[in-house]
Amino acid sequence: MAKPQARSFELTWGDFLPPEAYVGDKAPTARVGARQEPAAVRWLLIGSALAFLVLFLFLPLAAVFHEALKKGWDVYVAAIAEPDALAAIRLTLLAALIAVPLNTVFGVAAAWAIAKFDFRGKNLLTTLIDLPFSVSPVISGLIYVLLFGAQGWLGPWLQEHGLKVIFAVPGIVLATVFVTFPFVARELIPLMQAQGREEEEAAVVLGARGWDLFRRVTLPNIKWGLLYGVILCNARAMGEFGAVSVVSGHIRGSTNTLPLQVEILYNEYQFAAAFAVASLLALLALVTLAVKGIAERRLAS
Amino acid sequence: MSIQVQGVTKTFGEFVALDDVSLDIASGELVALLSPSGSGKTTLLRVIAGLEWPDAGRVLFHGEDATDTHARERRVGFVFQHYALFRHMTVSENVAFGLRVRPRPVRPSEAAIRAKVQDLLELVQLGWLGERYPHQLSGGQRQRIALARALAVEPRVLLLDEPFGALDANVRKQLRRWLRRLHDEVHVTTVFVTHDQDEAMAVADRVVIMNHGRLEQVGTPEQVRAAPATEFVRAFLADDDGDASGIIPSWQPEPSFSSRTAHAMSSGRVPLLG
Amino acid sequence: MSAVTLRRRSVLPGFELALGFTLLYLGLIVLVPLSATLLKTLTLSWEAFWDAVSAPRVVASYRLSFGAAALAAAINAVFGLVVAWVLVRYRFPGRRLVDALVDLPFALPTAVAGIALTAIYSQNGWIGRLLEPLGLKVAFTPAGVLIALVFVGLPFVVRTVQPVLEDLEPELEEAAATLGAGRWQTWRRVLLPAIAPALITGFALAFARALGEYGSVIFIAGNMPMVSEITPLLIITKLEQYDYAGATALAVVMLAASFLLLLLINYLQWRSRKQDLSS
Repeated sequence: MAKPQARSFELTWGDFLPPEAYVGDKAPTARVGARQEPAAVRWLLIGSALAFLVLFLFLPLAAVFHEALKKGWDVYVAAIAEPDALAAIRLTLLAALIAVPLNTVFGVAAAWAIAKFDFRGKNLLTTLIDLPFSVSPVISGLIYVLLFGAQGWLGPWLQEHGLKVIFAVPGIVLATVFVTFPFVARELIPLMQAQGREEEEAAVVLGARGWDLFRRVTLPNIKWGLLYGVILCNARAMGEFGAVSVVSGHIRGSTNTLPLQVEILYNEYQFAAAFAVASLLALLALVTLAVKGIAERRLAS
Repeated sequence: MSIQVQGVTKTFGEFVALDDVSLDIASGELVALLSPSGSGKTTLLRVIAGLEWPDAGRVLFHGEDATDTHARERRVGFVFQHYALFRHMTVSENVAFGLRVRPRPVRPSEAAIRAKVQDLLELVQLGWLGERYPHQLSGGQRQRIALARALAVEPRVLLLDEPFGALDANVRKQLRRWLRRLHDEVHVTTVFVTHDQDEAMAVADRVVIMNHGRLEQVGTPEQVRAAPATEFVRAFLADDDGDASGIIPSWQPEPSFSSRTAHAMSSGRVPLLG
Repeated sequence: MSAVTLRRRSVLPGFELALGFTLLYLGLIVLVPLSATLLKTLTLSWEAFWDAVSAPRVVASYRLSFGAAALAAAINAVFGLVVAWVLVRYRFPGRRLVDALVDLPFALPTAVAGIALTAIYSQNGWIGRLLEPLGLKVAFTPAGVLIALVFVGLPFVVRTVQPVLEDLEPELEEAAATLGAGRWQTWRRVLLPAIAPALITGFALAFARALGEYGSVIFIAGNMPMVSEITPLLIITKLEQYDYAGATALAVVMLAASFLLLLLINYLQWRSRKQDLSS
């Protein structure tokens, strides 16, 4: 085929010329761009992607509302207005109302320290903040049982003082705080790092101090990232199941959150009621997605 | 391989990038497309390459209509402004790419590919960089690798999109001389795009001056300087004329880019590029 | 105020306050409880620990939890890549809506997902009904676990790969085309290697998420010991039986796996950031 290649710098043009049939002899191709697949491949890919998403996303979402309304609107409303359901709603809201602001303050503080200052151990700190993310929900609840449960470290002390953490509301709040711990921080840290320190430094030179500095300079810059983190934190706080299941006593009417209430109703074969309560959470999820979308778009611009 | 562009028009939405452009490029010529930024010269280059489809008009290679031919079948070599080297491949793998993706019947053997790659790397004076990755190279080195990669498939036409645009002034000057020498050796029809008139005048056989998607003038550097065809050409050339004061130093014939010279260059006795 | 030597001086206020609060909160909420768990394990003798974590029922649960998580992450890697490609490269009606909905598994409570998936795949469910004549059961089998884990991991691969696809230089594909590569060759030799790091990171994230998943799995799983019982459920079962030691031992195993995964993911992300900077 090729003649032996002498090591010369003359390009041996012609040794690799392909047969004439390969050159310019083809029938004109349908106009497919240099970066495009043939139309058939494109539609196949779109079809596969949509089929996958319909199967795994749309169907479950549709099923929730379908099952909730299957027995009619009256049954639906009755299930939600039921005292145990209302108590669950109250407890869920309470847990979220405590966990979300606490973790938001933490997130802001952590992001402020990490993004605006240099110190040793920053990477370790960031990794530690991420820890709750990687821990299984059941274990997130377990660790509090081991600490505050009857057999835990502080168990005897709590019993002595008549305080209940596990199988009571405080335990539920604690578990919720743990699982939603990193959300706001994870969102704010890279954002504030990308925004740098110059604006704040300029403000300091101009005489701004402390809280004023934060409120007037930093906060406006991070507000969409903050919203994004808060809304995700809230969604997880209201929807947490595994961790809360472990620390709750499953006592209807007092230590049940909405997700736990769903489980109880479902296990008692009250499917319509279970799905009715679940539909509230699904609506929350849709609102979360909507707000998230808005925050994302503002963040990107 | 000659190129004929006939009546090519290309619009992007409202914006007219090319307006009824016709151009003949002879086989083996080195032509510069010159204009201020945004005047359609890159679009024309991409239409010739098959990376854009014209809304009207034709592109012919050596008399054959190539307008509907896909970019991969046109056998054009394209060198991008920002090199577009494959980051995850070594320099050798980059240069060998075009040969490795050939269909089996026309693919050379591995040994032949490696030999050819080495030849090309030595042609661009980077024979020692084969195992490096693109991010380990300087801008000028990356550009030469991009050129070697384009040449590996023996294109009928070589197209360069602002090849030296991303490099600093000294490297630009060296590389432009080097490109001229390479062309003298290899004789591939070459079209390159630039907004730098010194570059165009110093390197090209003929210069094509464009403005807002239309051709203003086509001619040798001397012709264009001596007799600007339109007001735009006159004004454009008068701009940043620096100290040339109208007298163009004619292209000095240099020792041919022969194998002996190249040998000497690559062994360090004749410095070509720093 | 004395100079703090651990950090560079800065004119910005609030460092001590912010860092102090951060460390205090982190310690109280995360570190102390986690340490308590680890310390509790130390009270177990090595044999007791080993017996607890290597009992047949436990090992069966590992196989299911780890195996299903890995398989689900792999399925998500393949289809997540297709979804990301389709969302970035193509235009079709409803694309924006679909893009927003990809995040549904992030926002939907796991229990809701659990009962919804069970409803769909049980015998009279929308899909269960279709599979029944074929003799395929999904609900209350390990297959159900797999389905649930695919759901929870779905957004991870898509959201990790999407930005990389969006930032990909078009010139790379054009260069490959002018060099004669067909579309499939360009995909295999140029595009796939470029997104491989993101794909692997996405896989690792989906795997980590699926590993500890509880809420969406227990409804559809069947929860039969040795067959369709996941490790988190086993931990709860032990807790309910007051076998705190056993539960803790299992928890430590899962924590170790989670921590290793966390390190791996951080490493992958660090490496890809380094590569971005050096090119």
